[in-house]
Amino acid sequence: MNKKQKKVLVRIIISAALMIVLGFVPVKGYVRFALYMVPYLVIGYDILRKSVKGILKKQVFDENFLMSVATVGAIILGEYTEGVAVMLFYQIGELFQSYAVGKSRRNISELMDIRPDYANVEIDGRLEKKDPDEIEIGTIIIVNPGEKVPIDGVVLEGKSSVDTKALTGESVPREINVGTEIISGCINLTGVLKIKTTREFGESTVSRILELVENASSKKSKSEKFISKFAKYYTPIVCCLALALGFLPPLVSGFFLNGNYNFGMWIYRALTFLVISCPCALVISIPLTLFAGIGGASKQGILVKGSNYMETLSKAKYVVMDKTGTLTEGVFEVTKINAVDIEENELVKYAAHAESSSSHPISKSLIKAYGNGIDRSIVRDIEEISGYGIKAIVDNKEVAIGNEKLMKKLNIEYKEVGEVGTIVHVCIDNDYKGYIVISDVIKQNSKAAIKHLKQNGIKKTIMLTGDSKGASNYVRNELKIDEVHSELLPEDKVMKIENVLNNARKNEKLVFVGDGINDAPVLSRADVGIAMGALGSDAAIEAADVVIMDDDPLKISKAIRIAKKTMSIVYQNIYFAIGIKIICLILGAIGIANMWLAIFADVGVMVLAILNAIRALFVKKL
Amino acid sequence: MKKTYKIEVDCANCANKMEEATKNTKGVKDAVVNFMTLKLTVEFEEGVNVDSVMKEVIKNCKVVEDDCEIYV
Repeated sequence: MNKKQKKVLVRIIISAALMIVLGFVPVKGYVRFALYMVPYLVIGYDILRKSVKGILKKQVFDENFLMSVATVGAIILGEYTEGVAVMLFYQIGELFQSYAVGKSRRNISELMDIRPDYANVEIDGRLEKKDPDEIEIGTIIIVNPGEKVPIDGVVLEGKSSVDTKALTGESVPREINVGTEIISGCINLTGVLKIKTTREFGESTVSRILELVENASSKKSKSEKFISKFAKYYTPIVCCLALALGFLPPLVSGFFLNGNYNFGMWIYRALTFLVISCPCALVISIPLTLFAGIGGASKQGILVKGSNYMETLSKAKYVVMDKTGTLTEGVFEVTKINAVDIEENELVKYAAHAESSSSHPISKSLIKAYGNGIDRSIVRDIEEISGYGIKAIVDNKEVAIGNEKLMKKLNIEYKEVGEVGTIVHVCIDNDYKGYIVISDVIKQNSKAAIKHLKQNGIKKTIMLTGDSKGASNYVRNELKIDEVHSELLPEDKVMKIENVLNNARKNEKLVFVGDGINDAPVLSRADVGIAMGALGSDAAIEAADVVIMDDDPLKISKAIRIAKKTMSIVYQNIYFAIGIKIICLILGAIGIANMWLAIFADVGVMVLAILNAIRALFVKKL
Repeated sequence: MKKTYKIEVDCANCANKMEEATKNTKGVKDAVVNFMTLKLTVEFEEGVNVDSVMKEVIKNCKVVEDDCEIYV
């Protein structure tokens, strides 16, 4: 608790104690009034002072003013206990609110705090701790085990594993070697690393993420805007109702009915209205819920760039995904070897050596599949036949490797293959020796990801890709995706999205998930654009509305579930708080609810709404 | 031009009122109060004197909520 809060707490205790004592003191008349004024002023002097200031500034619907009118009114009616009690509970409520909000503000900020405090720089053989802000690009920094990597860079010396949990939510450490690019915010686990920085601190991943998350709750959601608007009209309306309730019924009954004005009773009921007129419970719980939801999501490696996106994401009905890099690894790998009259690894050896000087992804995957290192001394006379393949002498044997066209050109009988992916035929000394299939591999979690999306109320999953029909249909069947559009150019993707958007109903939102490369137009056209595997990719972080830090497709449905939970808490709070207030207003108008009930409803609703809001923080098990 | 200021305010509704008051200040194009991070982001109109606009903003905020602070 801070100083201000402690002071209020002391006042609450003193005033409450005085009230209990006064309950046992049998005094009447002016003495009683004077005695009750002591706890009243102890607890309410600042509210009274603020309300006078408010009137001077013509701020009539200020809640201090309303509380003052309600309590002063009660005291004038002779209800001393209630007057003081209302003030007392109002202050307790305010104190709880300020304490709870302050505490959760700190908790959530801590949760998101991945800010490194210093960077180690070697000066004259000694390590010195420096402010990361002062480190220039190209400086060499040292990161010891257990320390946070403060700035993005490249590893010059050292071998270690790093914990990226704070950034990605992924608990398996990453291996780091010389030459690896390393991003700030990771925690170095095992070895000392010497890193050459490639960015300034302000441009580093960690700073960008912090900035993004901090600004997220500034983009307000519709429900927040609704509540602010509601609050703006709620107080004046309740006040007018109170005024009407205080004077109309007594005047009507006095003039036209039995001549009994009974002002006291009606004014008391009107004052009850004023007690319920403060909209604070509503106004506080909505942004708090969204803030907690955004905080919880970021802990799981899902950065939501605004409360508004949280809201839209919860209404997702269509999920459109890019294939390469999102559902598949985006890396080509040898997936099948069909050798004829030769050992499989021999076949790969010849193929890899023949392709050893090419930088084409296909060649790289062959070399990777061979794995034993290329012996360049056995390769000569490499001849690349563009659009066909490669011819070379490997180990004194004539190797031809390439597509069907190459085989036809060389008049070699080959097998027709119905496999998905790129087929590489191999021919050694004019003998057909089989083929190797190279294809993009589906991510391990992709199948489960699609299933989870379906379970979470997604109407349709759609995959868009520039890849061939065969390859995309294969992925579609494996993953059970509803719709696939293949052989698309980037601008076609936008068109396909427009089509889906045109057919969707108003409340059915479209989510696009891509890896952020060449996706910018589609990401911005979708209702919510999600970029995957965005760690370190500035373009993706910039273009997307939601950023998934690692490349696990399961996080897509997780993000949707977090959004749904957060929004359901938002709605619970809205309905609950407005509902209780309206019930109390009705009960107050017909004289069932007295001021006690009104203040309990007001403060109680706020406490419950705040506690409910905090629940949005717990999203780990979703 | 956009600028962000640290603020201090106790209740969420007062934060909304401050936002409204800031928006209605001359020279301010748009404003957002983020109660959770206690920040006020002001978008100024072209070519205004930021310092004098902020003085007005503080004055207007003090009218709607006496107990608030904007750290310029």
